[in-house]
Amino acid sequence: MSADLQISLVAVAAGVACALVGVFLVLRRMAMMADAISHSILPGIVAGYVLAHGPNLLLGFLGATASGLLTVVLVEALSKGKLRQDAAIGLVFPILFALGVLVVSKYFANVHIDTDAVLYGEIAFAPFDTVNVAGRDIGPKSFWVLAVLAIVNTGFIAVLYKELKLATFDPGLAASLGFRPALLHYLLMALVAVTTVGAFSAVGAILSVALIIVPPVVASLLTERLPRMIALSVAVGALGAVLGHRVAAWSNVSISGMIATVLGILFGGALLFAPGRGLIAQWSRRRAQKVRFATEMLLVHLATHQETAARDIECSLPHLESELGWDREVAARIVGRAERLGLLEREESLLSLTEAGLRQAYLAAER
Amino acid sequence: MNLIHDLIFDYTLRNVALGSAILGVVSGVLGCFAVLRRQGLMGDALSHAALPGVCLAYMATHSKSPVVLMIGAALAGLIGMAIILLVERRTRIDPGSALGIVLTVFFGFGVVLLTVIQKGNDANQAGLDKFLFGQAAALVSDQVTTMAIVGGAALFVVGLLYKEFKLLAFDTGFAGVLGFRPHFLGGLLTGLLVAAIVIGLNTVGVILMSAMLVAPACAARQWTNRLSAMIGISALVGALAGLSGAIISVLQERVPTGPAIVLLLGAIVAISLLFGSAEGWVWDWIRRRRNRLALPEPSR
Repeated sequence: MSADLQISLVAVAAGVACALVGVFLVLRRMAMMADAISHSILPGIVAGYVLAHGPNLLLGFLGATASGLLTVVLVEALSKGKLRQDAAIGLVFPILFALGVLVVSKYFANVHIDTDAVLYGEIAFAPFDTVNVAGRDIGPKSFWVLAVLAIVNTGFIAVLYKELKLATFDPGLAASLGFRPALLHYLLMALVAVTTVGAFSAVGAILSVALIIVPPVVASLLTERLPRMIALSVAVGALGAVLGHRVAAWSNVSISGMIATVLGILFGGALLFAPGRGLIAQWSRRRAQKVRFATEMLLVHLATHQETAARDIECSLPHLESELGWDREVAARIVGRAERLGLLEREESLLSLTEAGLRQAYLAAER
Repeated sequence: MNLIHDLIFDYTLRNVALGSAILGVVSGVLGCFAVLRRQGLMGDALSHAALPGVCLAYMATHSKSPVVLMIGAALAGLIGMAIILLVERRTRIDPGSALGIVLTVFFGFGVVLLTVIQKGNDANQAGLDKFLFGQAAALVSDQVTTMAIVGGAALFVVGLLYKEFKLLAFDTGFAGVLGFRPHFLGGLLTGLLVAAIVIGLNTVGVILMSAMLVAPACAARQWTNRLSAMIGISALVGALAGLSGAIISVLQERVPTGPAIVLLLGAIVAISLLFGSAEGWVWDWIRRRRNRLALPEPSR
């Protein structure tokens, strides 16, 4: 297997594993918890290092997961009290991170744990750390870790789908029906922590957070149904991973950084162009509503005055400017549009409604 | 007495202590508004968002002067902020997700730019990434002066618009009804956060910046219900933690300044949660215990 293909596989596995837990995290409005966990696992890694008297995959993993969960518990405890959730998150993770940095620089000055390298991540090294089974090289270790995580996350969602859905959208109802939303919440958080730990050693802290948050948000712009949102998230995560890696390999820049950038571009595209929810759709809808409302106003105005003595004044084009507060250009455009639609007729500057125009004016006035 | 002598005459200690104290005051004041407006994580997002700005500023000027990099950081921070506010206003995406997206995408793009710069075979670029990770011990007096000017300007604006900001923090809707422009004021107030972040980047670094904004405000909140008092206490807590963290890190070997300040802040918040206000956890516990003892034993 070529190194490029191996890196691609690692990135896709990370994208899939992260997107799966990300959907529920984003729906629960706890996206920044992923960011907090990704930073606060540092003291856990350090603790694992101390306990094992050296680098040890299992203890490091356990330590990191434990301090990820500690973050969740601390944030919950604080935000039940007098702090709000955002403040609690913003407080807890820097303190844990500071603790980790302090211990590293005080007692392990000679050990190389580069705190900023941890943040950037270096997925390009993945092919150098492979697993051997029965003497055969079966691919990068980080791919297998992430693949297992993706399977575990899929299993979790498949088995507890109904419960997760209910507890996410209506925790009160879930509790009163006898499910235990709190237990489910901690299970989900444990999976977020484990997934972050697994992804972060392969792709770096920042990219693992990007893979958890961005794909579900892109999906949420495109659909309102949970199953579709899950599928779309996974697809966006995998697409971002593959595209980002291709572009990075081609231009020889940071792979993790480029995957995050591509995810950002995908988000920007969805934000602008998403049907219904996107900014352009919103903008054109607002514009269409404006034109429709203005036309209806014109029709009702004409209908009110067209049989009266003041018709010659009220129903003249220049009068609309003062009556409806339109400037000349708007008035000309709206009148022109109504004329084209056959709603009114024009003689010089005098306007009169057609049969169809009168009918629409009554409809509009009744509404 | 030696300490006071050193604080005044030792170049390194003076700069580190002064820089950290300035940061503490500025972020203490601005943090109050951030916490009250539920923007506690804005600082974290915007400080990460500064990275591409730092890289682009360097690529444009080939200068590592802190002022140039700070301007780049501020511009990127402001763009990040504009995107977050746009997404919050125009879509149903929740604020946390908007922050997370801007944080990770901007930072990722910054990392891409860093690798582009490093490929350029430019010996001068070494240490550029350190700008973001805080190296308080390397502060020079020019930097401290810049920090004082930027921070002072931010505090001046807060003083000038105190009444408006106060209204905005507690009742945004009412501010709009009274004819203030909440979106403009909100943007301005969040923009001031960028000033605190720019000051903080090369002191405590991108990750710990979040605590510099949130912790003093949370601690102060426990002791008072008045905004003016909260701001005062928060500034004091920030300054104290900044100053003592800096002193500890200079006197103790291998204790980095940023983590020292943040851990001190953590301790102050913990004490405030335990003892601050009548609802402090300790008083609360004592009161509940006394009530329990006062109740008669349940009869059988």
